[in-house]
Amino acid sequence: MSAIDAAHEHHGPPPIHYSSRVTPAVLGMFLFIASEIMLFGSFFTVYFFDRVVNHGVNGHWPPPGLHRPAFVAGINTLILVTSSFTMHWADTSIKKGNRAGLQAGLLLTWLLGLTFLLTQVIEYHRLGFNTSDTSFASTFFGLTGLHGAHVFVGLTILGIMTLRAFRGHFSPEHHHGVEIGGIYWHFVDVMWIVVYVTVYLL
Amino acid sequence: MKNPFRSEQDAFRFVWLTIGYFALIVIGSVINVWVGVAVFVAETVAIGWWLFARNDAKEAPTRQTPAASPPDEHRILVVANETVGGAELLDLIRERAGAKTVRVLVVSPALNSPLKQWTSDEDAARSAAQSRLDGSVSGMRATGLHVEGEIGDGDPIQAIEDAMRTFRPDELIVSTHPPGRSHWLERGVVEKARERFDLPLTHVVVDLDADQH
Repeated sequence: MSAIDAAHEHHGPPPIHYSSRVTPAVLGMFLFIASEIMLFGSFFTVYFFDRVVNHGVNGHWPPPGLHRPAFVAGINTLILVTSSFTMHWADTSIKKGNRAGLQAGLLLTWLLGLTFLLTQVIEYHRLGFNTSDTSFASTFFGLTGLHGAHVFVGLTILGIMTLRAFRGHFSPEHHHGVEIGGIYWHFVDVMWIVVYVTVYLL
Repeated sequence: MKNPFRSEQDAFRFVWLTIGYFALIVIGSVINVWVGVAVFVAETVAIGWWLFARNDAKEAPTRQTPAASPPDEHRILVVANETVGGAELLDLIRERAGAKTVRVLVVSPALNSPLKQWTSDEDAARSAAQSRLDGSVSGMRATGLHVEGEIGDGDPIQAIEDAMRTFRPDELIVSTHPPGRSHWLERGVVEKARERFDLPLTHVVVDLDADQH
């Protein structure tokens, strides 16, 4: 039977053809990153607009009376960067068949992520201003809160990964779940570095 | 551009690149605001230039030689889209029929827009390619040729490479519209195929308008 005849007798959708097309996994990751860039980009646009307009009005940034907790946030940044290390350790460990390394790495990453989130929540209570106080306060809570929501999602993913690791899942051949979760966690880390430098330092 | 989040390893490396990028900006800003702006611009331009230069320095594709076809057969791989039923192409294939049995595989690339290709919306393109292929292959078979047909990738070079993996051709024929009307000629498809594939390649120009008159 020729290929053309076979094509005519085939029922259902055409067969998948991947040769030069972007694979679904890569396309999914591109679309995810694009949507995240647009999401964070819209928040950063508001932040910079507010900063340019209001800095021009009163010559101070942040507005007088509002203090950015750069030191505590810096400690939090170190915690999050460290969690990227432990995540990488976990991923490298399972690739080498080191299950103890995977479990320890994931557990430490989860604990560090939780520490980051709790520290941020505690710091919110100590800031002395709230979302409705000024436009700076709104954008500050908007940006850091948006990132915090991503950390929360990351912690959920990490929690499931950690449970699976302790239940004997994943192997050097099959560790896609660790790989994808790790990519997400590093992405969250990268976004925090951008937020920290932009909102707290500059 | 390479996806920085392609793997966990790449993403981890990207974390460090981000730290380095912003650390230099912060150091510049501590010295002076405008130094910080200058560092930001310099770094961004440098990264853009590096990405651009790296894309230019792509390695040349490996030249590919297909495995030999059976000794009693002469296999011809024809890559054509709308021009597959042209008289010039049929004449050339008949010319090749000597003592050996001639087997022809016609590949019709499923031409699609980049946006639709990216979003995997290729049903219409494949359906159109299939319609063209059906008519053309039937016509060629009517002349007594042993012809098979299949739909190929939207990129004609990739379509040739895919077909070579299963068909093992002795020669390659690329059929296009005349210069000025052919997108493939504008994109240098014939030259790229000559560079890429270690096979005798014949370029046939089919003028469908002239054929109809």
